[in-house]
Amino acid sequence: MVFQELVRPTASVRLTRAIDFSSSLRYWNPGIGEAENRRLFGPRASQHGHNYRLEVTLRGEPDPTTGMVIDLKDLQEVLDREVMARFDHRDLNRDTPYFDKEPPTPENFVRVIRRLLAAALPPGLLDRIRLNEDPDTWVEWVDEGGDE
Amino acid sequence: MIALTRRYHFPAAHVLASPRFSDAENERIYGKCANPAGHGHDYGLEITVTGELDPNSGRIVDREALDALVEERVVSRFGHRMLNRDAAFAERVPTAENVAAVIHAELDAPLRAAGARLVRVRLRETRRNSFVYGDPE
Repeated sequence: MVFQELVRPTASVRLTRAIDFSSSLRYWNPGIGEAENRRLFGPRASQHGHNYRLEVTLRGEPDPTTGMVIDLKDLQEVLDREVMARFDHRDLNRDTPYFDKEPPTPENFVRVIRRLLAAALPPGLLDRIRLNEDPDTWVEWVDEGGDE
Repeated sequence: MIALTRRYHFPAAHVLASPRFSDAENERIYGKCANPAGHGHDYGLEITVTGELDPNSGRIVDREALDALVEERVVSRFGHRMLNRDAAFAERVPTAENVAAVIHAELDAPLRAAGARLVRVRLRETRRNSFVYGDPE
């Protein structure tokens, strides 16, 4: 049957789920002085906010019975617990422990999110993460077999 | 790998026609894009860079420096201009393929000097077509 030829049971599939959340922050490295923070980050060293969009891509082989790589309800539950509950309508510097030693640039933020999701998802599924800080600025992490 | 992308915009005019071809030939190859009076697009430009994170700034590249570089080399140079009159297109037709390649060549060396690597340039000519020069996604 043509259908069976098209749906190869061993093909790996990527799926992407997106969430939106809003946070306040300032780019601030607590290990360097105020003047250096202002010099490095300009107006971003003052408290401001963003509507973040997070796109999480998983890659895997669909389960032969369910036809799913992951149940999207389960993925959403992980995103709610690991990302929304921690960051939505929070201040990244004051309300979370992740930026005590480094500034919440999107580069650092995507690494924090990667660590949280990698620990919460079934191993080996996380393929890429895109974090939009605003519509014109985004950072992507792509799995290359290492941690970062 | 972590990569940062910034998106920019510039409106520009162009004519798709080669001085090597006759008017009839240009019309045959480029169709309505060969209109000698010109036409234009709101170009969208996505610049993707990668590199080591600076431990102090937590950044791949100084974003203000990246913005200033793209403003100088691309946005102020090509924005609100007729691309065919730019020296870069004296010898080649300003197709989106060529515009993307020119932008890549303009930004590659300065970004390298700033300690980053230009991964790719994506040029969106209209909402319906976009062109990538550099590494695939």
